Amino acid sequence: MTHLLSAADLSPEQAVEVLDTAEQIENSLAGREIKKLPTLRGRTVVNLFYEDSTRTRISFELAAKRLSADVINFSAKGSSVTKGESLKDTALTLQAMGADAVVIRHSASGSPHRLAQWVEGSVVNAGDGTHEHPTQALLDAFTMRKRTGRGPGDDLAGLNVTIVGDVLHSRVARSNVLLLDTLGANVTLVAPPTLLPVGTESWPVKVSYDLDAALPKSDVVMMLRVQRERMNASFFPTEREYSRRYGLDMARVGALGPDAIVMHPGPMNRGMEIASDVADSARSTIVEQVANGVSVRMAVLYLLLGGKA
Amino acid sequence: MTAQTEWLIKGLRPLGNDPVDLHVKDGVIAAIGQDLVLDNDIQTLDATGLVGLPGLVDLHTHLREPGREDAETIETGSRAAALGGYTAVHAMANTDPVADTAGVVEQVWNIGRHVGLVDVIPVGAVTTGLKGERLAELGAMADSAARVRVFSDDGICVGDPGLMRRALEYVKAFDGVIAQHAEDARLTGGAQMNEGVLSGKLGLAGWPSVAEESIIARDCLLAQHVGSRLHVCHVSTAGSVELIRWAKSKGINVTAEVTPHHLLLTEDLAESYDPVYKVNPPLRRGEDVDALREALRDGTIDIIATDHAPHAVEDKECEWAYARPGMVGLEQALSIAIMTLSDGNGAVDWESIARVTSIDPARIGQLTEHGQGLMTGAPASFVLVDPAQSQTVDPARLASKGRNTPYAGLELPGKVVATFLRGTPTVLDGKVTK
Repeated sequence: MTHLLSAADLSPEQAVEVLDTAEQIENSLAGREIKKLPTLRGRTVVNLFYEDSTRTRISFELAAKRLSADVINFSAKGSSVTKGESLKDTALTLQAMGADAVVIRHSASGSPHRLAQWVEGSVVNAGDGTHEHPTQALLDAFTMRKRTGRGPGDDLAGLNVTIVGDVLHSRVARSNVLLLDTLGANVTLVAPPTLLPVGTESWPVKVSYDLDAALPKSDVVMMLRVQRERMNASFFPTEREYSRRYGLDMARVGALGPDAIVMHPGPMNRGMEIASDVADSARSTIVEQVANGVSVRMAVLYLLLGGKA
Repeated sequence: MTAQTEWLIKGLRPLGNDPVDLHVKDGVIAAIGQDLVLDNDIQTLDATGLVGLPGLVDLHTHLREPGREDAETIETGSRAAALGGYTAVHAMANTDPVADTAGVVEQVWNIGRHVGLVDVIPVGAVTTGLKGERLAELGAMADSAARVRVFSDDGICVGDPGLMRRALEYVKAFDGVIAQHAEDARLTGGAQMNEGVLSGKLGLAGWPSVAEESIIARDCLLAQHVGSRLHVCHVSTAGSVELIRWAKSKGINVTAEVTPHHLLLTEDLAESYDPVYKVNPPLRRGEDVDALREALRDGTIDIIATDHAPHAVEDKECEWAYARPGMVGLEQALSIAIMTLSDGNGAVDWESIARVTSIDPARIGQLTEHGQGLMTGAPASFVLVDPAQSQTVDPARLASKGRNTPYAGLELPGKVVATFLRGTPTVLDGKVTK
């Protein structure tokens, strides 16, 4: 595999390999005073961020640095068009500078696919528009595997995952649906009909408009962030109504099985899609997800670049 | 413009029929017959094996001049048109400045006349500045030297039903037609491709069929109500076809066009995220393509119009969301007509091709000097096509400044060997004559 553009790029074996590699990396760094491996020494990773995302950028930066790669952060906030330099020109510049991998975050769906046509190095999609965010799905899967007592070599067969909220605009949801299906999990999407993409009937998921009906059967509940700008766009009547119908509070958590976990890709709207006490509860994996993100991204960079040394 | 040349064209097959000779003199077809022998020593063209068609007429071309001459000029667009077999093109109004006054349409018309490769017929804007707020000076444009008869805000739908009604009513005074870009913008905000399973997968906001169909339904009813002519631009969905079929069955005076790309390509191409496939309205599903082809064959859709939309390279070599919609098409449209109007055995329905690429576009656009067919006394504006040849599309070799062709590398059937405009060859041996 040259690039990671979509969660669909990964076969079941490759997906498990990423998770296993992340676990190996995590184990090999555990207890070390200096959390650094020499694996990508001499390689250059460029973080090309056209969209603000402190969390994801730092995670990728840390991942690359822990593998001893040289890291360049290229912040290109705003569109490439308004900046005057095109994405292609930027790509050619990076190419000339000898970037081995480009991690791209962009507000336009498909931008990593375009970039991959113009650079020779590996391209990692760090979130493109409303399309995909494959490393987020990988870190989510890694978190699920660990929290459900599974280990190296295991997939997520039979795990019941409920993804709740603004699926329509969520790259996290798209990547998770693809990857979780690859790993054998059963996915249910719960959202108001206005926040479900056209064609979900053809996705490998069940669809429900009723959160309360879905919760008792869920091993994992993944809450999606409701973007503030959507709230006045008639996708739902009011924030209050959304919260009542699709928000996760402690009363609803009570309907979950004893081992069920609650996930959120962050950043959260506390009190909107998730209540604060739920977010801070023992069931919540939100902080773990952040930590696991570094390991998984190290694994992705290692697997994309390690073999080319 | 009067041609100074006289030609004897030997052995061409009019509309694919038996070979005849054609005598062209003083800009008209002076005689048609078997083995014509002329006394004087005139230029002769051996057209053995070539099919003769009336010069193609495009009702929907974007020439970008004035304003975006980096993307196309009237001259480069005219060259592309002539190579495609066209003798007349309607230049859409969404230029900069917008063609919404007699001055601008006369400017476009004059430049086209000066270039002299095709008749460039300006389309006038329906509303001032394409803003959809008040009618442009439709009458002044109609009375101008350009004699505008087709009015369109193409690229933008005339969304206000009251304004659309008034536009339809007003142009009756000079037998004009409103060519509507049917798109309810309230249903397509941020749209990037056809709405469906694929748009959901690709994370690109969808352009739903109903946004086109609801406007067509509304406008057909408005045209019926005021008894005026409506032309529907670039029909793209099976549902639109059904609505137009219904409207025609009710006697509503509606005509419709389909683009070559909507006859050939499907939304699946968007999966590459290559903006060369981004167009408005978007490429649709295979079922839509089938319905559009059927509608073209049975006459529900009247004509093929290119929606030739050249763009500068930087406007396409970018992220899908930032790319301008549109494709070039003047040089390939006839090939796609041949593909669409051939039977399973390769026999081409040349009569239908002439109807949908020349005769009916000229009728809709009220062009008396075009689309008359190959007959004695008609203007000598025709095209000679070699159906045995093909063209492999190379974007770098297009005459248009636009390189944004979705057909790059494809081998398309048929080749334009010669184009005559009122007796003067604009293309000979597949090359522009000037």
